[in-house]
Amino acid sequence: MIAGRLLARGMIAGCLAAALAFVFARLFGEPQVALAIAFEAARSAAEGAAPEPEMISRSVQASYGLATATLLYGAGFGGLFALVFSFAYGRLSLCSPRVLALLLAAAGFVAVVLVPDLKYPPNPPAVGNPATLGLRTETYFVMIALSISFAAIGCLMGQKVAQMRDAWSGWLCGIAVFILLAALVPYGLPNVNEVPDGFPAVVLWRFREAAIGMQAVLWGSMGLIFGALATPVLAARARG
Amino acid sequence: MMHPSSPRARAIAVPAPAAIPLGALLPWAVFGLLLSVLMLYFVGAEQGAVSLISGHGVHEFVHDGRHLLGFPCH
Repeated sequence: MIAGRLLARGMIAGCLAAALAFVFARLFGEPQVALAIAFEAARSAAEGAAPEPEMISRSVQASYGLATATLLYGAGFGGLFALVFSFAYGRLSLCSPRVLALLLAAAGFVAVVLVPDLKYPPNPPAVGNPATLGLRTETYFVMIALSISFAAIGCLMGQKVAQMRDAWSGWLCGIAVFILLAALVPYGLPNVNEVPDGFPAVVLWRFREAAIGMQAVLWGSMGLIFGALATPVLAARARG
Repeated sequence: MMHPSSPRARAIAVPAPAAIPLGALLPWAVFGLLLSVLMLYFVGAEQGAVSLISGHGVHEFVHDGRHLLGFPCH
C-alpha cells in the first residue's frame, strides 16, 4: 500500500507544482506566444492567405487550455516521479526523504527537460515546418528516452564507485558519465533548424527562457512538495 | 532541514529506511505508468504526429501548453 500512497501524493505534488508553473507560464510565456502568433498572422496576410479559422479562442487556449495541459503534465510526471522515488528510497544511500526528493527532482529536470531541450529546444508557434512534425516528434521522444537512460547509467556507475571508494568520487563519476554521454550521443540524431526568415530572435529567446523556466518551477516545487508530503507517510511506516 | 533538537523533528525523523520490496512496488508501478503515460500523451502528442480522436479539438485546447512544455506542436 505504501507505494500506492506515495503514487497518489506524487500526483498531488505534481498538480500543486503545475499550478505554480502555470502562473509562471502565464506571466512569462504567454506574451511571447502572442508575439509569435502575431508574426504568423502577418506572414500569412502578406502571402494573401485567409487567416486560420479559430476553433478554440486564443483566450481559452491561453487560460483553461494552458492550465489543463500543465496540470496533466504535472500529474503525469508527478506519478512517474513518485514511482522512481519509491524505488530509489532505501536503495540509494540517501536517508532523508526530503533530500532524496529534491535531488531526484533536480535529476529529473536535467534528464527529462534540460538535456532534451538543449538538442531540440522548445519552439513558439510559427516556428517549425508541419511536414516534419512526425520526424520531430519521434526524435524528441527518442532524445528524452536516451537522456533518461544516460541518467540511469550515470546513477548505477556512481553507486558502484561510491561503494568501492567514497560518496564524493561516486557523485563525480556518475555526473561525469552522464555529461559525457549527453554531450556525445546526440551527435548521432538529426538536427532541426526550421526558424522562418525574419522571425524576431528576441521572441525566440524569451520564449525558450520562459519554457525552460516554467519546467524549472514545476520540477523544483514538485521535489519540495513531494518531500514534505512523503515524509509523514514514510515516518508512519518506519514506526510500524 | 529542521533543527535536530526540535521536538517536531524528532517525532517525524525517519530512521534507517527500509527499501519498498519490488513485489509491493510492481502493481503500482504498472498502474502509475499507464496512467501517467496516458496523461502525458494527450498533452504532448495527440492530434499531432499521431491521432486517436479525429479533429483538432484536443490539439487546439492544449496548444499553448504543448508549445511551452517543449513538445513539437505543428
